[in-house]
Parts: sequence; structure tokens; C-alpha cells
Amino acid sequence: MELLLALVAGVLYAAGLYLMLRRRLAQLIIGLSLLSGGSNVLILAAAGVTRGKPPIIGDTSVAAGQFADPVPQALILTAIVIGFGVLAFSLVMAHQVHRSVDSDDIDAIGSSAVTATSDKS
Amino acid sequence: MLLALPVLLPLATAIALLLLPHRPRVLRWVAFAGALGLLAAAIALLVRVEAHGIHVLQVASWPAPFGITLVADLFSALMLVMVGIIGVAITGESFAGVDPRREALGYHPLILVLLMGVSGAFLTGDIFNLYVWYEVMLIASFVLMSLHRTRAQLHAAFTYVGLNLLASAFLLTAIGLLYGQAGTLNLADLARAWPERRTPALDAVLSMLFLTAFGIKAGLFPLFFWLPASYHTPPAAVSALLAGLLTKVGVYSMIRVFTLLFPDPGAGLYTLIVWMSATTMVVGLLGALGQRDFRRVLSFNLVGHIGYITVGLALWSPAGLAASIFYLLHHMLVITTLFLVSGLFLRQRRTTDLAALGGLFQTQPVVAYLAMVPVFSLAGVPPLSGFIAKLAVVGALLNADRYWVAAVALAVSLLTVVSMARLWDEAVWKPAPPHPSQPKLGAAIVTPIVFLVGLTLGLTVAAGPVYEVSRRAAEQLLDPRGYIRSVLGEEPSRVAR
Repeated sequence: MELLLALVAGVLYAAGLYLMLRRRLAQLIIGLSLLSGGSNVLILAAAGVTRGKPPIIGDTSVAAGQFADPVPQALILTAIVIGFGVLAFSLVMAHQVHRSVDSDDIDAIGSSAVTATSDKS
Repeated sequence: MLLALPVLLPLATAIALLLLPHRPRVLRWVAFAGALGLLAAAIALLVRVEAHGIHVLQVASWPAPFGITLVADLFSALMLVMVGIIGVAITGESFAGVDPRREALGYHPLILVLLMGVSGAFLTGDIFNLYVWYEVMLIASFVLMSLHRTRAQLHAAFTYVGLNLLASAFLLTAIGLLYGQAGTLNLADLARAWPERRTPALDAVLSMLFLTAFGIKAGLFPLFFWLPASYHTPPAAVSALLAGLLTKVGVYSMIRVFTLLFPDPGAGLYTLIVWMSATTMVVGLLGALGQRDFRRVLSFNLVGHIGYITVGLALWSPAGLAASIFYLLHHMLVITTLFLVSGLFLRQRRTTDLAALGGLFQTQPVVAYLAMVPVFSLAGVPPLSGFIAKLAVVGALLNADRYWVAAVALAVSLLTVVSMARLWDEAVWKPAPPHPSQPKLGAAIVTPIVFLVGLTLGLTVAAGPVYEVSRRAAEQLLDPRGYIRSVLGEEPSRVAR
């Protein structure tokens, strides 16, 4: 199970980073969300997966391994919420760019930025 | 309770600002009062930590390492005082007028949320919580950055957002792997348990992930390119806030996490940091020399001087780390002041292009003299704070027998003098270019600069005591046993609080 999750995380990281290197804003944003999805899977895989056990200890005599570790699940939930907020924000920003530049090519915004501030970066 | 105030006060102020009716005067006063409260709480905390040692709060009384811990040692408390000072200056600056559209879209609450995020990052004793505070301040800074919609600003905002989110993903990855191996997220507990769990392979992966994540945030070579590409576009007060605080949070986290998790002086990691710091200095200042815009010159200077701060961490000596902390204090003050000074030019000429500036000395000599202090302090002209900070860094380097790095630091400070002298000459000294309008600068826009310049002079005069506090903060960092004991609590009274 861990091996499968590790492979999924690796594929998500690779796909996310590849998309972030593209020029289109939409691909940048999809890349970012894949990357954050990948890190969520990675947290789960790294912390170890316990199958079929609840993340709650009702009885304090339960030994380790008899329950799923709740901490990674809490971390992932937090990260999902944060990722969702960030995704919403970047979508709104991309929409704004599209409205004002009428293109979702990052270099197209960049080239006009250069002429606007008359510098070469 | 005092420990939670630097987080709770800005939060309460931000909520109040959202609920209040939209009258600019009311909003500005409330935001200013919130920042003043933050500064007061930070100073009270510093006094308390100074007198009674490391101060710990277990949130909701969950004992460490299960709950979230807030910890203030001397380093955190010093940084919090700087957050308060910068917050007061920036919210004070808004009395000089804010673009009405920005103000209607929540400029003031966003600034307070940003201050809350930065305070939280400085206070937290939990590494996942650190990530959460990073996101809080990043979201606030993203919105502050993209409230304007010129093309240059949008492009800069996208560069900034993309690179910072990438850094966050790296940080989250590192935290996930760390938890998988160590089984805890509490920094003190990690520092205690990590030495038994670490393996060389995992160490290499984790230290590089942390270095990349914090290096992007701090603006270290070769990860700094987003910074000069974005800090020159937002309004002066916003770029002053970001320049003064955000990269410093990256440096702070680097120092905090590395002193706790990778306490091996002489490891390859620290050789790498020395190289990165030295290259950052050189590249940053060479970049600054090639720029023709006041704020871009400042951005490159900001990058270059981060190298002076991180090199102290790599030395792993009390003198080196003390120099880092003192440099950090000096640099936060001075770079914020300089970005606020750039606001004067924006107000007068609507541009910070050096070719269009000049003549300030002839028309308003008092303001020009005021701007002289941060310019010359950053350049490291004696006897100002920049000189003392550079002296401390170079002294620590020589004591550690790092002669070539000391030589680089000295050569780069010469470049800084050139860069700052040119900035002063072009922006203030040379005769004004033919220009139609040149409104006089009012008292409201100059007052925050007077406040910060006063503090810079104060830091110069009180350099001895402040350096002494920095040295003790460095000793606390280099001997994390006190930190671990305070958080995990040998004496149960602390845990039960």
C-alpha cells in the first residue's frame, strides 16, 4: 500500500512540476494543485498506513498499530483547506489577468510589463 | 496569555476593521491602534523573557508534544518587537493617504492579518503550525500585492505567488517526511527525538528540502529571482512591509529549524550555506549596480544583505549568530525605512526611475537629511548601525578563520557603498530634472520615516546593550537544551499551564 501511495505521490509531483514549467497560467495553476495533492499523499505514505482501523482510541490499553495515526490525517485536512483557499485565489487572479491582458500566456503579461516599467529583468 | 497577544491583537483588530463602517479616518486609527497594541505586547514579552527566561504557552492546555505550543525565547521576542515597530510605521503611513479603491477592498485588515501571520510564525513551537502561519501571511501578502491591476503588478504578483507556493509545497513535503520518521511535530520534541532517528540519507533529503523552502522565502542565491521581479511594483507602504518582514521570516525559520534539527557544526550543509551566502552577497550587489530604478536597487540590496545574515548561522558560533541577529534587527529597520522613502518619490514624481528623480536636497533639505540616515546606514558608513552590524559579521568571520568569506563580505560592503552613494546622488543630490509638478511632502508621509530613522539612530547609540541581548539570544539558540526543557517541561507546573 505504501509503495503504491509513494508511486502516486511521485507521479503527482512530477506532473505538477512539469506543468509549473509551462507558460500558460491555467497549467501553472493545475500544476500547483497537483503538487499540493502530491504532498498530501506523501504525508499519508510517509507516516505509514494502517488499514481498517479507526484513528480514535476508545480504550487506552490499545497498543500502537491497533489504531490509525490521526495526526497525518489532521495535517492533510489542514493542507487541503489551505490548498483550496490558495487555488481559489489563484483562479481569481488568472481570471483577472485574462480580462486585462486577454491572454493566459505568462510571457505575454511579462513582455508588456517590461515595456511598462522600461527595465530589463 | 501575554504570549498569545501578538497573535490575538492583530486578529481582533482585523475583525473589527471588517465590521466597522467604511470611513477611512476610523479605519486608519483602528489599524494604527492595533499595531501599537502589538508593539506594546511585544515589548512586554521581551522584558518578560529577558527577566525570566524562555516563556511557553501550551494552547488550550494540551501538554506538549500533543498540542500546539507557543514559545518565546529572546530571538523570537526581539523579532516580535521588530514586527510591532514595522507595523506601527506602516499603519502610520496610511494617514498620508491610501488609494481609495485599495482601502475599500480591505487594505487595513489585510495588513493586520499579515502582521498576525508573521507574529505567529515567530512564536510557534510546532513545525506544522509554522507552515500554517506561512500560509496565513502569504495569502495576505498575495492579496495586498494583487489589489492593483496594472500589467506590471499582475505579472509581478504571479511570479511572487507561483514561487512562494512552490516553496510552501517543499516545506510541506519536508514536514511530511520528518513526521513519518520522527513521529512528532513539536520543535522541542523533534530536537530531542531526532538525533536517535536520523539517518544520513534522510538527513540529506530533509536538510535540502528545508534549505530550498526557506531559501526561496529568504531570497538566497540561487533562489531569489522572484524578489527583485516583484517588490518594485506595489505601493511603497506594501513593498516596505513585505521587504521588512517576509524574507526575514524565511531567515528566522532557517535559523530556528537548523539550530534545532541539524546541530552539527562543520557539516557539508553549513559549507553549502556559506557558499550560498557569499554568492548571494556578490550577485545581489552586482545586480543592484545595474539597476536604474530606486526600488529595484533596494530589492537587490535586500537580497544581497540576506547573505550577511545567513553566513552567521553557518559559522555556528555565538559571535556569528549574535552578529546575524543584530544584522537582522538593523536590516529590518533600514530596509523598511528605505522603501518608505521610495514612497516619497512616488508621491512627488509618480515614479522611482532614477533618471526622473533628483532635486530633493534643493527643495526640501530636511527630508533629504532624513533620507540620508537609512541610505548611509545600509551602506555601512560609521558610526551608523549598518557599520556596527557589518563589523560584527566580519569580526565573527575572521575569528572563525573564514578569511575568504570575510574578504567577500568586505568587498561587497564596498559595492554597497557605491550602490548607495549612486542612489543618494541620483535621487536626492543631483539637480531636479525639468519636471512640471513637484508637490511638497506633507508631515503625514514623513512622520513614519522620522520614527524609523529615530529608531535606527537609537540602535546605533544603544548598539552595545542590543548586541549583548543578541549574544544571549544566540547562546539560547546554540544550546537548545533550555528550549527543550522549557517546552517539554521537567517541572510539571509549566506543562499544566
